[in-house]
Amino acid sequence: MSRDHGDHHHDGDQHAHGSDLSEMQLRVRALESILTEKGYVDPAALDLIIEAYETRIGPHNGARVVAKAWADPAFKRALLDDATAAVGSLGFVSRVGDHLVAVENTQHLHNMIVCTLCSCYPWEVLGLPPTWYKSAPYRSRAVIDPRGVLADFGVMLPAETEIRVWDSTAETRFMVLPLRPAGTEGWSEEQLATLVTRDSMIGTGLAKSSLAKSAGEVAP
Amino acid sequence: MNGIHDMGGMHGFGPVEPEANEPVFHSDWEGRVLALNRAMGYSRAWNIDMSRAAIEVLPPEVYLTRSYYEKWLLRLEQLLIDRALVDSDEMAAGHALRPGKPLRKLAAADVGAALTRGSYGREPSAPARFKAGDRVRTRNINPVTHTRLPRYARGRVGTIECVRGCHVFPDSVAIGKGENPQWLYTLRFEGRELWGDNCDPNLKVSIEAFEPYLEAI
Repeated sequence: MSRDHGDHHHDGDQHAHGSDLSEMQLRVRALESILTEKGYVDPAALDLIIEAYETRIGPHNGARVVAKAWADPAFKRALLDDATAAVGSLGFVSRVGDHLVAVENTQHLHNMIVCTLCSCYPWEVLGLPPTWYKSAPYRSRAVIDPRGVLADFGVMLPAETEIRVWDSTAETRFMVLPLRPAGTEGWSEEQLATLVTRDSMIGTGLAKSSLAKSAGEVAP
Repeated sequence: MNGIHDMGGMHGFGPVEPEANEPVFHSDWEGRVLALNRAMGYSRAWNIDMSRAAIEVLPPEVYLTRSYYEKWLLRLEQLLIDRALVDSDEMAAGHALRPGKPLRKLAAADVGAALTRGSYGREPSAPARFKAGDRVRTRNINPVTHTRLPRYARGRVGTIECVRGCHVFPDSVAIGKGENPQWLYTLRFEGRELWGDNCDPNLKVSIEAFEPYLEAI
């Protein structure tokens, strides 16, 4: 996971995920007991929330949105006009929360999404954010050095490409509509969706090449 | 609040380190913490901006060294104590010592609907002061309470790109002063306006800016 094991911040993460694991488990279990006994929460509801984020609500939803926008010009216009309504019309989530905005990459413009103040992220279409999205390195650098951040992801763009960073400082939620890869003319929406990565919808990656073979799952 | 959470533009945190094939949760307790936060959020004992503010007031050394879901746990425990929904002797005992207070409880049957984000749009009480294309300056404000105007974007001139409607105002609702709806704009800055002449000339950054953050120029 780490490319720099001496990084103090990363050591903090290992601490949290390693030696303190049982302590955290006990502490969370105790709090859940208290809240259940006081009648504030129903453990069955908690199970369903976790299940939803582990199965139904994830980047595969966003990948379907992007694939449809690539394949269907009318849907793409609707998506860029009102993403809340357009995504809601697909019916794979019960309803999309308000204020979803899709921003389109072009040959000359690359969009990137961040929340410098906390961790705002379009949960309905992308699921829960990855750890790096919530981390200090990403939140601090995305707005001042987005090309450096892209380099961390192995993405190099021409110097003349405009980089547009969207800081999610209110309840507006953004998703990136990445560039459609070359050589995908005539592909079905299902085939196109296999090229759409989570990171391409955040703006820290590009859609996979049409030559990518191991399709079938949403890669990072 | 000029807190450690306001990270835009800071140096020294090192590279972004994506984790290959990252699981949704790294441990079972992370999922339980997320679910507990969502379920208690449903109770309306506090609102989303109060919960953000409760993370922001964590001491900087705690904020920087605890994992994301550890902070969610600390935040939840504090909100429960502050609102007297759980008492500290109960936290210490690890179980309830007295009955709970009446709260809206999330039933399993309602989870699907409850996972949809609510709407923060509200009826305006006055017309929007600005329109797309207007040049405006952000105010230099430094409230000690919750705000959504990041430090890097204060006192800067930008262009209104989009009027997003009239929304619940975080600075008010976070401190129990009501929703106080305000017009919300996407405000776009040239990178050089934020970071100086050495900045990439092809960088533009936008924030979502509430009208009270803005002044005409």
